[in-house]
Amino acid sequence: MLRNRRIEGLMALALISPFLAIYGLVFVYPTIKMFMLSFTDAPLIGAGDWVGLENYERLPRDRRFHTSLWNTFYFIVLTVIPGTLIALAIALGVSRLKGWLQSFVLALFFLPYILPVSVVYLIWDWTLNFQFGIAMHLLDWLGLDRVPVTKSTDWFMPAIGVVTIWWTAGFSILLLLAARRAIPVEIYEAASLDNSGGWSTFSRITWPLMWPVTALVLTIQLILQMKIFDQVYLFSQGGRPNDNMVLVYYVFQRAFQSNQGGRAAAVAVVLFFIVIVVSVMNFQLTRLSRGRDK
Amino acid sequence: MKTQTVLRLNIAGLIITLLTVAAALVWAFPLYWGVISSLKPEDEVVRPYVELWPETLTFSHYIFALTQTQIGVWYINSIATALGVTVLTVSSSLLCGYAISQLEFPLRKSFWWLILASFMVPTQTLIINHFELIASMKLLNSWAGIILPQLIHPVIIIVYKQFFDNVPKDFREAAVMDNASEWRILTRIYIPMNWGVTTALSIVVFIWSWNAFLWPFLAVTKTEMMTITVGITQVNDSFGVYYARELSAAVLAGLPVALAYLIFQRKVTQAVTLSAGIKG
Repeated sequence: MLRNRRIEGLMALALISPFLAIYGLVFVYPTIKMFMLSFTDAPLIGAGDWVGLENYERLPRDRRFHTSLWNTFYFIVLTVIPGTLIALAIALGVSRLKGWLQSFVLALFFLPYILPVSVVYLIWDWTLNFQFGIAMHLLDWLGLDRVPVTKSTDWFMPAIGVVTIWWTAGFSILLLLAARRAIPVEIYEAASLDNSGGWSTFSRITWPLMWPVTALVLTIQLILQMKIFDQVYLFSQGGRPNDNMVLVYYVFQRAFQSNQGGRAAAVAVVLFFIVIVVSVMNFQLTRLSRGRDK
Repeated sequence: MKTQTVLRLNIAGLIITLLTVAAALVWAFPLYWGVISSLKPEDEVVRPYVELWPETLTFSHYIFALTQTQIGVWYINSIATALGVTVLTVSSSLLCGYAISQLEFPLRKSFWWLILASFMVPTQTLIINHFELIASMKLLNSWAGIILPQLIHPVIIIVYKQFFDNVPKDFREAAVMDNASEWRILTRIYIPMNWGVTTALSIVVFIWSWNAFLWPFLAVTKTEMMTITVGITQVNDSFGVYYARELSAAVLAGLPVALAYLIFQRKVTQAVTLSAGIKG
């Protein structure tokens, strides 16, 4: 008994319409508006005149844009690969533990990930406090000089990098742990019969089998860290915001602090394309590498 | 020979175990340090040496935060907006995922690609236009204004579609034989068979929304309309340099999600792996 196609189509439309309505209102419409706004000299709220490509032509000469581009790139270098390698090492360590000890240790590594950024900020602001922070006591104990971490241009990005790895590693650890668990025990048993040592087992079995998920984690991390704002903004308050500028921060500053909607939109459009191009490239690379391993 | 290898492996294994546990303790130490500092009297917090356990344990900072700041209202705002985001996102995604997975309609494939593609679009870049939109709807400083731009989570639809695809076709055919309506098939078969997924996804969407910072921070200017994650960063002035007070506010803001995680640990880990596109 075949159902009426038209009724099925109408039913489908009814089911997707709530999502479509939301999607149109808060996604499609703002995206189109963002592009249009970037060609005007409008303030944050209100109309402006069409200025063509002027907002884009300014960018190559804009020092703060350079800083934000450079810092975003620097931040990615600091966090993505190191963060993934740390998560991989932790996941492999955790995978050896058994029962309650495994759950407990995993919870300790994972807890930061589910905390709000402002909680992470307050905890680390306290940990890195120049006068009383426990990190400074550690530096004293190691015989090193104290560093005003969040007020120093040189140390700011590395410090935010450490905080971010600490905050987001839980997610990567979880995915990598799932990937490690998915490797059949028999493969390791066969390897141990062949007297395969720790390193060769890792490089010949664990690493190749975990590579697809590791690549996925790298991709997710890369896309996530390109859009960094919260940590930088929170730690910059009272510091040197212009030196610590990242792309989303710059969009925020132009729009909400300088009241230049059009110029902010141009930066947003640039970021928009950077993220999409990198995502697509990554998607292709991941697919290629998965194809190779299979 | 054989026993020697086993012994060597055991020692190596033991070292790795110890290193992992030690690393976990170091990892969690800032959290411990934050909590323990919030329980010390202010003069003990600023001592020039390290005390791993407070001399005098005090809850006075918590009492201060709860009574002298608007943290109570912020809790209510956070709960209301996070619940709103969760219910709207999960229900609209469920219906959409079902339609894509089970129903034939024109442009179904293109629609599916559109959802997959929007996964890559950075919503952070839309803040200016979200602000303009919400302002023009007169929704700044309102729950609806905080909720609306947070409703773009295409990944939830993707997960639902995958799960609905995996429901055996026999169930559907049997129901169609019995002349059950589409709505009945959805609510009596597909939703109940995927309750586990729904709870898991609801928990993570709730946590995401509870933790959201950038948008709630932009959408709200009135202190009494802030969510807790925004609120606790805006009160430095009234707290002055009272570190322990700040930390107690941080603990109060992090506690609900930390508890939710500890209670639903399994569901949270399941949902996190699902949302990354790995079936668990």
